[in-house]
Amino acid sequence: MSREVVILGAGMHPWGKWGRNFVEYGVAAARAALADAGVAWRDIRFVSGGATMRCGYPGYVAGATFAQALGWQGAEVNSSYAACATGSQALAAARAKILGGEVELALVVGADTTPKGFLAPARGERPDDPDWVRFRIGVTNPTYFGLYAQRRMHLYGDTVEDFALVKAKNSEHGVHNVLARYRKRFTPEEVAASAIVAAPLRLMDICATSDGGAALVLASRDYARRLGRGDAPRLAAISVVTPTFPSALLEMPDLATDGAMAATPASFRAALPQKAYEEAGLGPEDIDLAEVYDLSTALELDWIEDLQLCPRGEAAALLRSGATRLGGRIPVNPSGGLACFGEAVPAQALAQVCELVWQLRGQAGARQVEGARAGITCNQGLFGHGSAVIVTR
Amino acid sequence: MPSTSSPPAPLLPGWYTLGEPPQLIGSHCAGCGSHYFPRLATGCRNPDCSDSRLEDVPLSHNGRLWSFTTASYQPPAPYVAAEPFVPFALAAVELERERMIVLGQVVAGVDLDTLRIGMAMELVIEPVPAENEPAGRLLWKWRPAGAAP
Repeated sequence: MSREVVILGAGMHPWGKWGRNFVEYGVAAARAALADAGVAWRDIRFVSGGATMRCGYPGYVAGATFAQALGWQGAEVNSSYAACATGSQALAAARAKILGGEVELALVVGADTTPKGFLAPARGERPDDPDWVRFRIGVTNPTYFGLYAQRRMHLYGDTVEDFALVKAKNSEHGVHNVLARYRKRFTPEEVAASAIVAAPLRLMDICATSDGGAALVLASRDYARRLGRGDAPRLAAISVVTPTFPSALLEMPDLATDGAMAATPASFRAALPQKAYEEAGLGPEDIDLAEVYDLSTALELDWIEDLQLCPRGEAAALLRSGATRLGGRIPVNPSGGLACFGEAVPAQALAQVCELVWQLRGQAGARQVEGARAGITCNQGLFGHGSAVIVTR
Repeated sequence: MPSTSSPPAPLLPGWYTLGEPPQLIGSHCAGCGSHYFPRLATGCRNPDCSDSRLEDVPLSHNGRLWSFTTASYQPPAPYVAAEPFVPFALAAVELERERMIVLGQVVAGVDLDTLRIGMAMELVIEPVPAENEPAGRLLWKWRPAGAAP
């Protein structure tokens, strides 16, 4: 790429179950990111919002909603929805505007207010909607997490103790993060004592849904240099590839995989970081930290292998060795991950990138990964959405 | 089922047969051989297949257990729960001929400790709770092959 895009500012509203309007979280995050970037709201020429499906019309047009709340000043807006990858698509839209030379400075914002309990489909009797059908027959998101976890136990010999250790490890990280919703150390024994939700997974193996907001300010490298910020972390890659036919796994919200008579299935999760590595010109050996989408503890182990941080089937051994905790060879979820945040869908992929920014600047305090030069995020959600983002310095 | 009430109707009409043995109804592409479930109205999804002739076909009645889990907490609407809610298991079953994995509830009364990945499973039709319909609605479920009905 001839032009480079850097991240000038990062900001978040703390995650929690605050029960307020999502716009408040988004605006607070945006203001924090603008202050962090040292730029004025008036200078932002493109506002890219991550949309939410649970907060009515203002949520569908999130880019405009945030722009209006910050004060209309004539910037162009965009709103993206891509399930768990919403924030990354909003980020990609802003990056494209800068790479295309249309704007020098863009703001990306995502925020959500979530209901209590399981995420549920839109209302009504809609048997043509696979998301409706699967809930009608009792298939929730944790159903899929449980199936994948059971599969790991069968294929690789992972144990429920390994899964509990993921939660304990992430909770050790999260206690140092003032933005996290859960800031308490949990022992594997406490995880094991929580109720089964989707066997073999327990309540504390599965992430909650949260309220929260995250924002990033992007700029061209030239613009950052003019501000004396030429050393800002570089947005080195964004991957938002779709799966390939036929599906290898039962994916939310599907009830069946594609029949694999005509072609060999390939892993969607593994394809997401692969494209990001290629775009950044880096490999897994260059990565110093990873923020992965631990919707469940077992899923964190899947991601570690999908990121090629270890061979397939060896993530539990890597975990047990201590390599994925702070101070280890390759810290995973130094922020505390979804285990400590809970998921605020349109904000979560941006929150992952915020953590990379602070880590690469050396501003992560007690969570700091020493000498971090490259970090990767990854996530996956419903309907073939997922993303991986690489930030370098 | 009380003989005085009318027999339950399928929860998802056209998704499965109620015969003996019951079968899911999928789509089969005459061009590339791919199977789909549920049926597709939009043609084959193989990006390298230009064939649009999809035919309705019954899928294999038997398969092998690919993975399993539980719904230990009551799922949200539109799931309709018995009162009180009874936790149930779910199974993902791999159909060998179609090379496809299909998810469904496991019939009541199966001890989770007896489920083993790779074991033979078969499709059955059973009623599930439905709003204002005491007899419920019929849905496909999985059970270990050869288990007593």
